[in-house]
Amino acid sequence: MELKIRNLRKEYGAFPALNGVSLDIRSGELIALLGPSGSGKTTLLRAIAGLEVPDGGQILFGDVDALGRRVQDRNVGFVFQHYALFRHMKVFDNIAFGLRVRGRDRRPPEAHIRKRVLELLDLVQLNGLEGRYPAQLSGGQRQRVALARALAIEPKVLLLDEPFGALDAQVRKELRRWLRQIHDETGHTTVFVTHDQEEAMELADRVAVLHKGDLQQVGSPDEIYDEPANPFVYAFIGDSTALPVTIERGRAMLDGAPLVLGPVDAPEGAARVHVRPQDVRLADESESVVSGRVMTLRRSGQYRRVDIAVGERHTRVEALLPPEAEIAVGDQVGLAFRRFAIFPEEKEPPKLGLAREAKAA
Amino acid sequence: MPADAPAMRLDSPTAESPAARFAITVIAIAFLGFFLILPLYAVFAEALRNGIAAYFESFEDPDTIAAIQLTLLVAVIAVPLNIVFGLAASWAIAKFEFKGKSFLITLIDLPFSVSPVVSGMCYVLLFGANGYLGPWLVKHDIQIIFAVPGLVLATIFVTFPFVARELIPLMQEQGTSEEEAALSLGAGGWRTFWSVTLPNVRWALLYGVLLCNARAMGEFGAVSVVSGHLRGLTNTIPLQVEILYNDYNFVAAFAAASVLAGLGLVTLAIKSGLEWRYGDQISAAHRH
Repeated sequence: MELKIRNLRKEYGAFPALNGVSLDIRSGELIALLGPSGSGKTTLLRAIAGLEVPDGGQILFGDVDALGRRVQDRNVGFVFQHYALFRHMKVFDNIAFGLRVRGRDRRPPEAHIRKRVLELLDLVQLNGLEGRYPAQLSGGQRQRVALARALAIEPKVLLLDEPFGALDAQVRKELRRWLRQIHDETGHTTVFVTHDQEEAMELADRVAVLHKGDLQQVGSPDEIYDEPANPFVYAFIGDSTALPVTIERGRAMLDGAPLVLGPVDAPEGAARVHVRPQDVRLADESESVVSGRVMTLRRSGQYRRVDIAVGERHTRVEALLPPEAEIAVGDQVGLAFRRFAIFPEEKEPPKLGLAREAKAA
Repeated sequence: MPADAPAMRLDSPTAESPAARFAITVIAIAFLGFFLILPLYAVFAEALRNGIAAYFESFEDPDTIAAIQLTLLVAVIAVPLNIVFGLAASWAIAKFEFKGKSFLITLIDLPFSVSPVVSGMCYVLLFGANGYLGPWLVKHDIQIIFAVPGLVLATIFVTFPFVARELIPLMQEQGTSEEEAALSLGAGGWRTFWSVTLPNVRWALLYGVLLCNARAMGEFGAVSVVSGHLRGLTNTIPLQVEILYNDYNFVAAFAAASVLAGLGLVTLAIKSGLEWRYGDQISAAHRH
């Protein structure tokens, strides 16, 4: 099922949750809605499901206007962050619920329901647990039951709201791989919400980045990571540092001294040079963009994470260097950038701190 | 044990010394014994003072029989109405956001904070022969005060917080996501209520009903004001106890009182039995 979202708006009081979001979701794809908390991603998901009524705009399921339909009639599979399993029902009855509540004419006979539930339990690898109550299952198992329950109604679209948010890291990784596998087996159009960029990048065919109710960028994980469309996406996805510069006659000036970047096509005035730590390397005087003093050195996994202060205001640039790089704190080093981006200064500076915070959350 | 371990060790960091534990236990038991067990014993002892035959004889008094029947009748009407009201109010409060919600919660608590006698007086003021609606009621030959409808109204007023008070915190804690899940799976509103909302609160509901029932049968103050104490007609058990006691008919008074006390014990026994039998499900309804 193909989904078209057109200029969707939703406000909570004076707080805009969705500012006219338009997004096309392709049939059979696995798409992630990624953003910090308060970005509107969950509101968008709930609006698709019919659990939230938007103030304006359109949601099309194929060619059918979904906003004219109640949540019961949209035939969506919704998986909640905290599972929302029916706590007084056994696993079997949870999964069978969606089939049993159908009208008399559409309800399959109990024998079919039983067969279908057992198939689904097999699919989510929970064979033999149909007699348990949700309270007797682990978090990961509960979320599998929730997914089986959502799949039981053969939904047109599968919607997952931070499906792994309440699980610990190990289980989360395992379920991520498993969800991808189920998606490839069943071929449902799947939309999932997450604030975890690693999850979004690893799992999704495409990622839609939202911030403050606006869609920032939609693209494959490679496009999002390698070609961020704006400073927010640059700051939110992956690590990066931003150098405040002034563009004068096509040259980027840092504290009055030019950066050796070649001609840049950013408009005149205040701007920022964004660069990822792994794109920063040590360079000789002849080819370096800027030089600075090494402030701190830390070992981080297989790299050394180095903070270098550049310019008169000692702006921090972060670099990931191989451990064999011969430098020490206090050294004066030249830096070159393998890849970078320049964006004009926005009225509000990119919310680096906020984005970092959201990633950690 | 290492040589430098302290000579005396407590079982756990939160444990107290044996003397303190003993003292606290004694205080608790003495308190319970003096205020709960002793009076309960007294009720049954006084009722049986002249032997078991005299005890049962006191239930042959037609006024006492009428009082027991009336008490059951009032409870049978008042308790179901309060179940409906309690469910509706707690559902609205826990699952929806609306203006005046905290005001509604305060209103539900009103019967707890107002003296039952005052609430009885309010009904007399409203429905009595000289009350605001009195002339109209007299004209249409409807009697509320000094009749069964008055007793029912007063009982409903006094007992209506019990069910709602049990349900509201549980429903608020459970939130609405299970209902949303049921809706997304295609269930209608009514179906969602019966197969998701209600089963999730059934133990709290039952508990609230038990408390509500115990209070409905035992209520004295409000009922006393609207009853008029017509023997054999408008006396419930608590009122009958008072009348018999004032008549110096102690055995009969305590025999009637023992019915109420027994009712309380049965309520407790049912509650404990349920907790013992369905303990895992009850705690599952809270935890999950």
